Parts: sequence; C-alpha cells; structure tokens
Amino acid sequence: MITIRIPTPLRPYTGGQTEVHVQGQNVAEALGDLTVQFPELKKHLFKDSGELRAFVNLFLGEEDVRYLDGIETPLKENDKLRIIPSIAGGR
Amino acid sequence: MLPTLSHEEIHRYSRHLLIPEVGLEGQQKLKAASVLVIGTGGLGSPVALYLAAAGIGRIGLVDYDVVDFSNLQRQVIHGESKLGALKVESARERMLDINPDIQVDIYNEIFTSENAMRIAEPYDLIIDGTDNFPTRYLVNDLCVLTGKPNVYGSIFRFDGQASVFYAEEGPCYRCLFPEPPPPGLVPSCAEGGVLGILPGTIGSIQATEAIKQILGIGESLIGKLLLYNALDMSYDFVKLRKNPNCLVCSESPEVTELIDYEEFCGMPAHDQDEGSAGEGWDITANELNDRIAEGNGLKLIDVREPHELAISALEGANLIPLGQLASRMHELDSVEEIVLFCKMGGRSTRALEVLVSAGFRKVKNLKGGINAWAKDVDPSLPIY
Repeated sequence: MITIRIPTPLRPYTGGQTEVHVQGQNVAEALGDLTVQFPELKKHLFKDSGELRAFVNLFLGEEDVRYLDGIETPLKENDKLRIIPSIAGGR
Repeated sequence: MLPTLSHEEIHRYSRHLLIPEVGLEGQQKLKAASVLVIGTGGLGSPVALYLAAAGIGRIGLVDYDVVDFSNLQRQVIHGESKLGALKVESARERMLDINPDIQVDIYNEIFTSENAMRIAEPYDLIIDGTDNFPTRYLVNDLCVLTGKPNVYGSIFRFDGQASVFYAEEGPCYRCLFPEPPPPGLVPSCAEGGVLGILPGTIGSIQATEAIKQILGIGESLIGKLLLYNALDMSYDFVKLRKNPNCLVCSESPEVTELIDYEEFCGMPAHDQDEGSAGEGWDITANELNDRIAEGNGLKLIDVREPHELAISALEGANLIPLGQLASRMHELDSVEEIVLFCKMGGRSTRALEVLVSAGFRKVKNLKGGINAWAKDVDPSLPIY
C-alpha cells in the first residue's frame, strides 16, 4: 500500500481526505489508482493527452520524481508520495 | 567599508551583538544591507516589522493598495487608525516608530514588468510577499536576470511554503514550478481563506532567511522547500534541483527579459477575483433581483462550501460546491435558466465553464457574488 498526501487545493476532489491509500508498482500506477478512486482529480493532474501537468510536483520522500525515473519511478510497500502544488497567497 | 554604529545603535542592537554569529561586524552588515519587500500584506507585515527592528539599513516597500478592514485579521503592521491609508505609508510609519535609524523607501505602485527593474535596482535582496501567480513569476525572473536572491513564501489556509530561490547558487522558482496551475484551480486567500497567524509564521521565516543570507551564516533554504502545516504542526523539507531545461535560469534560457506575466499565467496580477465570466455570461445583482421579482423560475445554484452558508445565504438557492459540480450535474436541467454564485464570482465563473463545456447554455454568473448582492440589493447580509 502506498500513501499519497493530498494538498489542500486538491482536497475538494478527494472528499476532503488529506491522505489517500493506493496500490501500484510505480508512480504512474499509483496515480492511476488515485484517479480511479477520485475521477474528478484526473483533469487537474493530467492533460487530455494523458501527460502529467507541469505544475504538478510529485515527491517520493524528499526527492522530486522528475529527477528519479519520473512516473516510471518504482514504488515499494509503505512509500509516501506527496503532491506539492503551487500556491500564491501572500496577503 | 562597513558603516559604523553609534552608541545608541550599539545599545539598541545589544542582543544581536552578543551572538557570536552576528557580533558587531554582522550588525554593520545588516546596516549596510538593502532589502526590497514586495507586498505589505500578510507576509510583508512581519517581514517589514522584523527587518526594521533588526536594523536593515535600507528597506523598500512595494504595494498599491490601501488598508481594508478585512486585512487586520493578519496584516499586523497596519492598525484600525490606518483604514483607508496607503499600505506603504502605514507600514513605513510603523517601521520608523520601531526604528528611526533606518531608511524606508516606498513605492505606491503595482509591481509590473515595466517598473520592476527600476524599483529593484538599488536592493541586494528581494522578498516575495505577493499574492498572485503573475507577480510571483515576475519576481522570480527579475531576480534571476539581475542575480539577486529571492526569499520566497506563500500561504493558503493552514499551509505555508518557504524557500530561497537564488539562481547563482541553486534552483529558481521556475525550476520547481515551470508553469502556473490553470486559472481557478488554486483559490486565492480572498476566496479560500487563510489562518491569520500563518503569514506571521512564514513571513518570520522569510525575514530569518534574509538576515542569514546577508550575514552569510547558517544553512539556508537554497535548494530546499519548506512545507509547513499549522494544523498538523509539521515542518517538512523536500530537495529542489536546478532544472537543466529551465526557461530562465538554465545555460541557454529562452526568457532573457521580463515578459507579460498576466498573459503567461492567464490570470490577473491581483487576488481580487471579481469573477466576471465575460460578455453575455454575467448577471449583476440588481439585474438578478429584477429577474426574481418578475418571478420566472430562475434556478439559483450556490457553489460555495457548506460552512459558508452560516455567513450569508440567498433564499431558495441550492448548494452544490464547485468540487462536486461535475459529479452532481445530473441534478441540473439544461432547459432551466441557471444562475451560479459564490462569494465574489471566482468559483462561480469556474462552475460556469464546467457547465458550458458540458453543453449548458442558459447559465449565468452572478457578477461579484453574494457580496455584490449584499452590497447592492440586500444590505441585511454581511460582506465577507
């Protein structure tokens, strides 16, 4: 089981859940399971072409998966993935 | 040659002088330093207060806004006596009251691609306390192009982020966020709210990083992103890397001068989302009132969150929060005339886009949201 940490701006699409448990051998499968469980997340995470949107940052532990093997990055039991959104608030 | 400190200054900064990492020379470095604070709101308030108290010799403040009642919950540099005053003037008065030995320059201007270079030129370091994506990309690119460190912080509800983006020594903001999110996905604090103390926490971290950067001490946030959550009381760090293909800070950048950031982000450079859905899709509060009086069966859909109903509500409206709209669309009839509304019109504009792309045509956005209704039609409702 993999845990995905859902950032505040995406929680309206996970019924308010802050962490979601998913199955998958790699990042792509884990995200696939996530969007099966929460279909409304799909358009926020992926382009129509199926490619991950550029503003979506995924970290495995403290490492950016872009600098691992991207969405092919293998996952093992109890790994924690974190989606880091850009937020702009400051006032 | 560093500036000397007067006896009075030595007395004032005695707690700094006692720290070996700062000492007399460190305090002189702070006096010689110049910092530009962009935004004198939630983040800018603690940043400006602490930098003034710490004795940064020259501090610039950029803001175009005036102090509003709804600012006082978090913008602690301003007070009720300054309502309606220019934020930069209100902030300068407070800073000089704390420390009259410093120089405070004010820029009562919207920070844009046209004036950014001129305003930033005299300063060593920039602190990003802005409230919108276009200005954040502008601040980043400016810092990369001029070789200045960008001390970054941003906030939303209970979440805060902080880093130091300094392209000469590490990644820039664009390395982490090559593109902004689509308009509307990430609500502004004006639409989504923010814990009043959160900018105090994140702004204090920004001020700390600025002072460490000036003194050249400690381990900085360059190459690291701090993720703070006030509810969990968690501080997590992730590693940031320089993107070899970064459009602005890589070896062969595509962006070599400041661009049109509102166009790049597809959204305006402020957080006051009046939420106009555009020509033909808007209905004003007064028009809606007339239509309701005519009594021809409009369907009112409130796309806010359930807890907002306790603040204000429109009689006869059905609640379908924006996040549930796609899955609850079957509750709506595209033959009926539908008016969507939220607090200010931002979320209802997104909702309108969702419905129109699903084939709805008889749908309108209440311009300015329920706040406009409270202002123009029913003053018994509060404005929030």
